[in-house]
Amino acid sequence: MSEALINASAAETFTEGDRADADFGHVLGQGLDASHGVVLYVEGVSVSFDGFRALNDLSLSIDMGELRCVIGPNGAGKTTMMDVITGRTRPDAGRVFFGQTIDLTRLNESQIAQAGIGRKFQKPTIFEQLSVFENLELAMKADKVVRNTLFSRLSSEQGDRIAAMLEQIRLVTDAGRLAGELSHGQKQWLEIGMLLMQEPRLLLLDEPVAGMSDEETERTAELFLSLAGRHSLVVVEHDMAFIGTIARKVTVLHEGSVLAEGSLAEVQNDQRVIEVYLGR
Amino acid sequence: MNIHAAPSLVNRIYGPRAWLALAIFALIVFVVFPVANLVLPASSPFHLSAYWVALAGKIMCYAIVALAMDLIWGYAGILSLGHGLFFALGGYAMGMYLMRQIGREGQYKSDLPDFMVFLDWKTLPWTWWNSDQFWWAALLVVAVPGLLAFVFGWFAFRSRIRGVYFSIITQALTYAAMLLFFRNETGFGGNNGFTDFKRILGFDITAPQTRMALFMVTGVALIASLLVGRYIVTSKAGRVLQAIRDAEARVMFCGYDTRHYKLFVWTFSAVLCGIAGALYVPQVGIINPGEMSPANSIEIAIWVAVGGRGTLVGAVVGAFLVNGAKSFFTQAFPEYWLYVLGLAFILVTLYLPDGVVGLLARWRSRFRSGSAVKPAATVKAEGDTA
Repeated sequence: MSEALINASAAETFTEGDRADADFGHVLGQGLDASHGVVLYVEGVSVSFDGFRALNDLSLSIDMGELRCVIGPNGAGKTTMMDVITGRTRPDAGRVFFGQTIDLTRLNESQIAQAGIGRKFQKPTIFEQLSVFENLELAMKADKVVRNTLFSRLSSEQGDRIAAMLEQIRLVTDAGRLAGELSHGQKQWLEIGMLLMQEPRLLLLDEPVAGMSDEETERTAELFLSLAGRHSLVVVEHDMAFIGTIARKVTVLHEGSVLAEGSLAEVQNDQRVIEVYLGR
Repeated sequence: MNIHAAPSLVNRIYGPRAWLALAIFALIVFVVFPVANLVLPASSPFHLSAYWVALAGKIMCYAIVALAMDLIWGYAGILSLGHGLFFALGGYAMGMYLMRQIGREGQYKSDLPDFMVFLDWKTLPWTWWNSDQFWWAALLVVAVPGLLAFVFGWFAFRSRIRGVYFSIITQALTYAAMLLFFRNETGFGGNNGFTDFKRILGFDITAPQTRMALFMVTGVALIASLLVGRYIVTSKAGRVLQAIRDAEARVMFCGYDTRHYKLFVWTFSAVLCGIAGALYVPQVGIINPGEMSPANSIEIAIWVAVGGRGTLVGAVVGAFLVNGAKSFFTQAFPEYWLYVLGLAFILVTLYLPDGVVGLLARWRSRFRSGSAVKPAATVKAEGDTA
């Protein structure tokens, strides 16, 4: 482990600048080493639940700044893949690396989040009994140990960042409202805003436009396109029109492994993909 | 709209009205009660008898326990049904010291507490080491419940035991402890526990002045617990706790190690209970394993539910209401008390999900705006402005 940390600190290229003010302790201190241009490696990962193979020797990699869409029929393993990457499920076999050095299979959920992976759930998951403002405040990148949150106070710079995010997700006038009172589409946006407050390097988005109006979907597509480049995004979606507007590279999952990979047009013309989708 | 101006600490904890209410409460505890009890002659119509002082002091101890319960249940969403154990442990730690203060004035005129003489023990067991020192007792009052809660919580939260499973295990824990303390061999007086105290810090424990001092110390402890609790829940850590209650997975994926937050508030809550127990025993004059019975711990949850979860002040109000009613009913209609308690719990669960304090807040906002507001929103507004 310490060897890995030395490697990480040697490769300063992609290390985040403001890590110095936060004391992460454990294994996370040195940040992400994506010097080979790859932010996420998934190699030969298998997961079984009671004999059912949710993931079967799954391998894929995501480049820095890439926007990747993942599609696949129900039960293809899309959500399980996200569970493995975010530490919710431990793989039975295989390796998952964040950059060159961070072994995600050894970290728990909060450590993985601290390392720079943000996740949006299928169903909008926000803090309903807290205000919109407080939701963003809690998500904001900061030292998240108990001692610190007991005594910390919001700096004006942090307040400005929250205000800017409220602007970006168009919830300025709702800042003081309870998050539980928002419309479904607004909740989706709030959750995306919370993700961005964490300043993650990699965002995993599970059906981000489900339940959104056409206009909201369009704005979401614009947002994702503007994020790509600075962040890496993995989007799981069923809405093919939405994928059409954002997709550059699409991965098709089937029965827990990658069936096809390429541009949307390539994938749509792939005979095996057509069989999987039309054959049922 | 200046939504993120950080208020000063005083303003953050409570608004001017709540500070005023707190000042009135302090006036009652530190001026009205002492004057009415000690200064006014017994013939005066405003004289307050020892009975009322003891009752109010006892209920203030319960209020501290209710506060502790609200911190973990109302804010972090963890329902403990074993908080009576931490209360009793604090009480036993203080009780040991009080037993030693009896000295040779017990029935058997021995250096050992009477129950040990009765069991034909010749020396104090190791658990009684240093028990004649007040500072040691004070340390145990905090350390024993705190340490037990920390170790228990460490394993429970690490194993991700949640919800009803956690409640059941805490219930089993207090039950097991009760059985242990019932045994004479455990060395804490068996089913009789500790009683017949004579002195505390050398003062006669039955003297009105000593009783009033204990009462006032309890008042200080209650107010301090309320303010510290309020500090915690209005801090960012307090919002993390509420977030854990609403969506723990999201909190973890935000990068918070939720185990540490739960362990912190759980242990703090247990320590508060220990302090309350230590103040309770000298005022009530007895501690026995009955305090660890599962029913006692369930009753604590009822106080909080009646007063209103997630408001802190609601827990205090609930403790006063339920225990006030209890002392009235157990005198006037002793056989009906449990029915009244059960009925109150059912009614509150069905019709007052935010308890009495939530109801008052709803009335107030209706009075102000002329329209009904959602209960949750009301409680929130109350917390911000009160």
